[in-house]
Amino acid sequence: MSSLIRKEYDIPANDFSRAGEASSNVRKLLTQLGVNPTIIKRTSIAMYEAELNAVIHGNGGKARVEIFEDRIEILVYDEGPGIADIELAMQEGYSTAPDYIREMGFGAGMGLSNIKKNSDKFVIESELNKGTRVYITIYLY
Amino acid sequence: MVLSQIRDLLNAEIHTCADKMDIDIKSACGADLMSDVMAFSKENAMLLTGLINPQVIRTAEMMDMQVVVFVRGKKPTSEMCKLAEEKGIVLLSTNLSMFTACGVLYKAGIVGKGSECE
Repeated sequence: MSSLIRKEYDIPANDFSRAGEASSNVRKLLTQLGVNPTIIKRTSIAMYEAELNAVIHGNGGKARVEIFEDRIEILVYDEGPGIADIELAMQEGYSTAPDYIREMGFGAGMGLSNIKKNSDKFVIESELNKGTRVYITIYLY
Repeated sequence: MVLSQIRDLLNAEIHTCADKMDIDIKSACGADLMSDVMAFSKENAMLLTGLINPQVIRTAEMMDMQVVVFVRGKKPTSEMCKLAEEKGIVLLSTNLSMFTACGVLYKAGIVGKGSECE
């Protein structure tokens, strides 16, 4: 089944002030489509965390959002340094974020587990020096 | 409690969306760590924070928070005010500390909703 709506967004590198714009646009789109507010909130949180990760760790990247009749599929990917140990990165409290990111209120090591918590399906693939891909699926019903 | 009462209790300055002082607020959360707001806060319409950067406004937006109160005399930047106006988010600031601001509101009946830490 092909998607009803497909959107691509750039996630600029090292531009912390613009981080979240892609998620904000998707949020607006879902609101216009009349999606259930609880689903919108879960989607917003999951995508925003993934977008921040791409800005903080991945030298920026891209997001692809597809809306189907029954679900939203989000892929956030970057060509950054990759994650050496995904299992470790998934642990709450584990973070490699630099101090300046922590001073901005992020980098507490909650991001990946929070994405998983808010998604119906969550897949993360990463390869050192190649990049990271985060797949998020959220069902509409 | 309507927002205008909260403004009076905190002796707060209004920075954006002054026309929204009739919003009804029942619960709030206080944090300087946006990661924790994203992970633990639930259904809170108001955020109290001492953190100043545009991601505070983004976090409030994603969490469906309608009001952000900056504590300890911190003031939002013009960039933050512009973003908040676009999103329809009320920004207030108070000279009270985080502890005192939260205490004043809790005493007046505002509660916190979030996951308990295990």
